[in-house]
Amino acid sequence: MDSNIDTGFTGQLQAGTTLSNRYLIQEAIGIGGMGAVYRARDLHFPNVIKLVAVKEMINQARDPLARETILRNFEREANLLATLSHPAIPRIYDYFTHKERSYLILEFISGKDLETILKETTGFLPEGKVVGWAVDLCDVLQYLHAHQPEAIIFRDMKPSNVMINQHDHVVLVDFGIAKTFQTGERGTIIGTEGYSPPEQYRGEATAQADIYALGATLHHLLTRRDPRFEPPFSFNERPVRQINPQVSPELESVLVTALQYDPSERFQTAEGMKAALLDVSRKTGLSQPTSPYTTKVAVPQASITPLWTFSCADEIRGTATYVRDVIYFGSYDHHLYALNASSGKLLWKYATDGGIVSKPAVFGDYVYSGSEDYRLHVVSTRTGSVTWTYFTNGPVRSSPYIAHGHVFIGSDDASLHAVNLANGRGIWKMDSGALIRSTPLVNQDDIYFGNEAGELFCLDFHGRIKWRFKAKRAITSSPVVSDSFVFISSLDAMLYALEAKSGWVIWRFHLDKGSISTPCLADGLIFTGSVDGNIYCVDIHSAKEAWRFSTEHQVTGSPVIYKDALYCGSVDGFIYCLEYRTGQLRWKFPTGNPITATPTIHDDVIYIGSTDHSFYALPAT
Amino acid sequence: MPGFFQRLFRKRRTSPQTNLAETSTDQPTQPHSKPLAETAAEQTPAEQTLAEQTAGERSPDQTLLKPPQLIVGIGHSAGKQRDHNEDSLFTLTSTLFSDEIRLPFGLYIVADGMGGHQHGEIASGIAVRAMAGLVINEVFSPLISLPPTDPTESLQEIMRRGIQAAHLAILKQTPGGGTTLTGVLILGDQMTIAHVGDSRAYTIHPDGRIQVLTRDHSLVKRLVELGQITSAEAAVHPQRNVLYRALGQGEPIDAEIVTVPSPKSGYVLLCSDGLWGVVAEQEVFDLVTSAPSPAQACQSLVAAANAAGGPDNITAILIRLPD
Repeated sequence: MDSNIDTGFTGQLQAGTTLSNRYLIQEAIGIGGMGAVYRARDLHFPNVIKLVAVKEMINQARDPLARETILRNFEREANLLATLSHPAIPRIYDYFTHKERSYLILEFISGKDLETILKETTGFLPEGKVVGWAVDLCDVLQYLHAHQPEAIIFRDMKPSNVMINQHDHVVLVDFGIAKTFQTGERGTIIGTEGYSPPEQYRGEATAQADIYALGATLHHLLTRRDPRFEPPFSFNERPVRQINPQVSPELESVLVTALQYDPSERFQTAEGMKAALLDVSRKTGLSQPTSPYTTKVAVPQASITPLWTFSCADEIRGTATYVRDVIYFGSYDHHLYALNASSGKLLWKYATDGGIVSKPAVFGDYVYSGSEDYRLHVVSTRTGSVTWTYFTNGPVRSSPYIAHGHVFIGSDDASLHAVNLANGRGIWKMDSGALIRSTPLVNQDDIYFGNEAGELFCLDFHGRIKWRFKAKRAITSSPVVSDSFVFISSLDAMLYALEAKSGWVIWRFHLDKGSISTPCLADGLIFTGSVDGNIYCVDIHSAKEAWRFSTEHQVTGSPVIYKDALYCGSVDGFIYCLEYRTGQLRWKFPTGNPITATPTIHDDVIYIGSTDHSFYALPAT
Repeated sequence: MPGFFQRLFRKRRTSPQTNLAETSTDQPTQPHSKPLAETAAEQTPAEQTLAEQTAGERSPDQTLLKPPQLIVGIGHSAGKQRDHNEDSLFTLTSTLFSDEIRLPFGLYIVADGMGGHQHGEIASGIAVRAMAGLVINEVFSPLISLPPTDPTESLQEIMRRGIQAAHLAILKQTPGGGTTLTGVLILGDQMTIAHVGDSRAYTIHPDGRIQVLTRDHSLVKRLVELGQITSAEAAVHPQRNVLYRALGQGEPIDAEIVTVPSPKSGYVLLCSDGLWGVVAEQEVFDLVTSAPSPAQACQSLVAAANAAGGPDNITAILIRLPD
């Protein structure tokens, strides 16, 4: 086989290569640090197709001693496999070495490894399925640990070393470790970081080390959080149920035990862990594979009673504004309302000729509100009588933003309008080329807003474009600025962080679906809703998801942080109160219909309207 | 990192009760109440500017520089106890002023090859080239292209790909090699930091605060965080040099990436542990703020590390940020 090994550019064996005149390489099915694994056909069985796995190790060490050690470890794996017989361990047929390449010929497992399964799926794996695999894994560990004359410690349990075959049973692959711990002068990396137990760093390998690594593997499977991207030994800082509330408390507790820092506090045997897992499936009844959504978390139903409610003639879609004990909001019944915030009594209402879906702004003694009647209305806060109106050429669904003596507002006429605050005279308008539903934001000398063509503009005070950014779909939500970041969510299912000066994208966070919810910020975290029904919490510096909370329907309104809680409405009709650091539900309050508005909170009172035609004042607790 | 914080506190405090065990747990922020800052707060802005111009310890480098620009210095030394330098570094500083755009752009990378492995300097060199090449292609080229284009990915995604490119290049070109890598991309008012290993990035604010932006991927540091060993034990731990994450080692790899606002009128310091493990933070601060230029500050930093024994390779990149 000297000359006919065709390794191509990458050093990999090419399809069609024959090893030992017997194994016809079909394709590479896995690539590792020291070589590849191939699917090959055994030509000694010409009349049937017998597949084998060919595991190749290329010994590139230059130091003769290192070469020798690597080769010895390879032979050890071959010899080890030859002594083992268990359905979850692949059989070995042959091994041989040629020059710097060594080969193991193994039983071919038709299936996928767990790392691939994680990659190819979204959403959490069903608990019953994971418990089933875990029981299988305990069983094979039990077999290895009971091996005579010496226990075999697998030492490298991780998703990529566990295959799931076509019968949905596990097969352990890669017995090639025998990783001896070496301290280099500095920085020798050991084992598979992330799954390894703390004592592996001390060179200890015991049955409890395999139990820890199994716990780590199961934690990864249930949470989809890759431990290789987290600090070592941090599993119990990421409780399984905090990330995946569908997991039963019983299973979480098994993982907590398996993942104890101190080996003596873990399950002492694989048998013990297996018994605990079987207990879990008996208690939860989840021994059979089930759909991920069959378990429902018990939620505290609201013992929340409204302080007052107020009814209008049509849906309330927009957000309220609180100023000096008065609540202002618009309704689809064409009216702008002013209510006493303490009592909910009507102070006045002002009629426009169209529905009001935006949030009014108050400046001095005037309230400013757009309406679908194409106008921006300015009304006295005291009497509710009109002071002036300003016409645009389309329905106004954007909310006004007041800064530097001007009111800025977008319109379905595609323009952003800058209007003199005092007299309603238009100063300039800037045609963005598409409907503007996004509310403008003014930060220092910059004006930011989005449009339905997916563009985010940064204008100067003369209405000239400083920069623009294009998302793939509409930007209906409004920008938020903090620390020279501009944050914006889009219907293209992204939450973006842009550099405020240049508009360059610093990071993008993938939502499951689009968003028209304006994000809010607290403590270096950003929160946003999405039409996928989730409320997301993301770290603004690292773009890492801190948590997500699922509601039963789209979240189109925006979350609000007040004290230590997040408040947010959902189209499922509920107002949610979550711990903002963890995303844990505190309570939820049902209204009769979808909520699209954002809560307004002042002095421990939440003010929010619903499409059930009612406006609510709820205690923020 | 013997003496790092010990020296810090020795300078600051007169009472000697602070020992290494209590003080060497890194906090992300170490606020220093500089006497200068305290007195300056009582002055009017005009007086303050005047004071800054006249005070002997305020250097010419710290007066307002217009237009905004990045000023960079580097230091690189094998140290006193190694015969060759396994650290690699890269700097690219540029400015684009045209039309409405006024953009400082800078890319700075430090990589510390691992001596326990063969060819540490090869791995660090490969890593720096791979990362710099990718980021220049994906960020810098679009910036200066005609007409200007936007990168197709976010800066964090590009930095992450840069780290991956470096990792794969080592796996391919020098299997078994390993290196740390800390890279900082400055664009506009933001900087994006990507790192693997224990080379550090600091911000040094004019008000005396020093902040570590990176978290060392060090085993003993993690054990200290978990309360399994004390800082005193960590300082003499046999595995105190063991990293749990490094480029070229383990598969897959993920960098820690954060973006933070650049410290106005402040500095960013990138360095290998040959500097931060040897020279106290307060001394670093003093050397940086008293030097006439970042270049001279880096010479002083390297000299200080060598004066302290120079046990390891020393690399420093110091960037003075716009006001």
